[in-house]
Amino acid sequence: MSDTLVTPIPAYPFGNDGPEPRLPDFGQEGVGRVRLPTGQEAWLFTRHEHLRELLRSPDFSSDFSRPGFPQIRPMPKEAPQRDGSFIRMDPPEHTRFRRMLTPEFMIKHIRTLEPLIRQTVLGALESLRAAGKPADLVEHFAMPVPSMVICHLLGVPYADHEFFQQRSRVLLAWASTPEQVQTVIEELREYLVRLIAEKRRNPGDDMISRLAAERVETGEMTERELVGLSVLLLVAGHETTANMIGLSTLVMLQHPAQLERLRQDPALIDDTVEELLRYLTIVRTGLTRVAVRDTTVGGHRVGAGEGVIGLLSAANRDEDVFTDAERFDLARGSHQHMAFGFGIHQCIGQPLARAELRIALQELFNGLPELALAVDPSTVEFRDAVVFGVRRLEVTW
Amino acid sequence: MSGALRVAVDREACCGSGNCVRTAPEVFDQDDADGLVLLRRSEPAPGDWDAVRQAAYNCPAGAIAVAGP
Ligand code: HEM
Ligand code: SF4
Repeated sequence: MSDTLVTPIPAYPFGNDGPEPRLPDFGQEGVGRVRLPTGQEAWLFTRHEHLRELLRSPDFSSDFSRPGFPQIRPMPKEAPQRDGSFIRMDPPEHTRFRRMLTPEFMIKHIRTLEPLIRQTVLGALESLRAAGKPADLVEHFAMPVPSMVICHLLGVPYADHEFFQQRSRVLLAWASTPEQVQTVIEELREYLVRLIAEKRRNPGDDMISRLAAERVETGEMTERELVGLSVLLLVAGHETTANMIGLSTLVMLQHPAQLERLRQDPALIDDTVEELLRYLTIVRTGLTRVAVRDTTVGGHRVGAGEGVIGLLSAANRDEDVFTDAERFDLARGSHQHMAFGFGIHQCIGQPLARAELRIALQELFNGLPELALAVDPSTVEFRDAVVFGVRRLEVTW
Repeated sequence: MSGALRVAVDREACCGSGNCVRTAPEVFDQDDADGLVLLRRSEPAPGDWDAVRQAAYNCPAGAIAVAGP
């Protein structure tokens, strides 16, 4: 205990400025205290084995309205409308929403979307070429592909992409004030209220129309819940994958021998995607939870009401699980990575994200065999937000 | 010989991640109606044992139990 009085508690988040995550040095134990920008303290867990236990444990809650929940950003005074945003719910409520969406995102269903994904990727590649070299890969390729795909899936008009991309960015930026966050959540919700009303009058062949007809009409879900759920899917569905496409391209171009290996053996693409997910772990800030009762993780006591953070990027560099974890090796078969989280909240969109990444990288490296960075890699600017990414990536071909 | 490998799944616990289907498609499937896990074989072929053990380890919800060698 006296330790905490003498050892300064590190400030968290650590900040990120490159493909390599910044990790704490907590020694063999891999657990320590950190201080959040809100003044709160939390336990930070970094070992793969500990994260498995923590994220599967019913002793921890994802509900950030609970006392003691570790807040990395100050919350708006008036808690924003959260109905339907099941990423922040616990069972049984979480289960109710997750089950309504599981069939939509299951592997079999995503497989039927692959022709559409490929067509979208080829279209974006065409627009990148048309922009003329050098061009920003983020603007012409990495952002539009997942945005168009999630719009198609949900039934959101892609023509509105500037509106929701700009709001998503504010929502996910560390620098946004509580008021700004509150405003963009309200704007996104209003946008979806109007869209859902329109879908209920004129249903299309899309997820929002289906959920409105099969769940709202039947009373299983309220319209407000459908609004919140749609905001979650819209934001989670494009920012994450877009950042992965941008960063993955950068990493592949910085590892020419590995890229050559993939070109020689295209069947390595699935392992490549897994290794990129592990190596980059774009949910850099880790996953926040609060203990709902006195409990332990890996033998460490966590008291009821104490906040914890599971640092996914550290678990994905755990030497007990990944040999030479700092090395990018596309053939390592990194199946145990935690880039999509672990436990009942593990990313529901992972089959979609994997299909998008696989097809985008395949077509990009096939279609532009001379692809190269058009700038000095040391000048690439990163976006350190809730989801980590590159701001722009000037490429030539 | 210590007998066959046996698998059981808990559909109540399953969160429909689809990880097991990716890892061992011969053994696991997702129900068309609800997306939750379905067992295709409770006694998988020895060639699938490693994949089944890996699927159990990687199941985010801890919904797969493996017994045997
Ligand atoms: C490479 C891209 C992606 C990464 C790295 C990623 C990462 C994650 C992580 C780490 C979580 C767990 C959050 C937690 O436990 O608190 C999560 C949950 C979630 N993701 Fe993703 N994601 C990606 C793509 C997507 C896509 C394409 C969608 C599609 C709509 C999506 C929708 C969601 C949703 C709805 C949840 C909440 C699930 C729940 O609480 O049960 N994600 N994601
Ligand atoms: S891996 Fe586990 S949670 Fe995911 S579908 Fe299979 S049984 Fe369900």
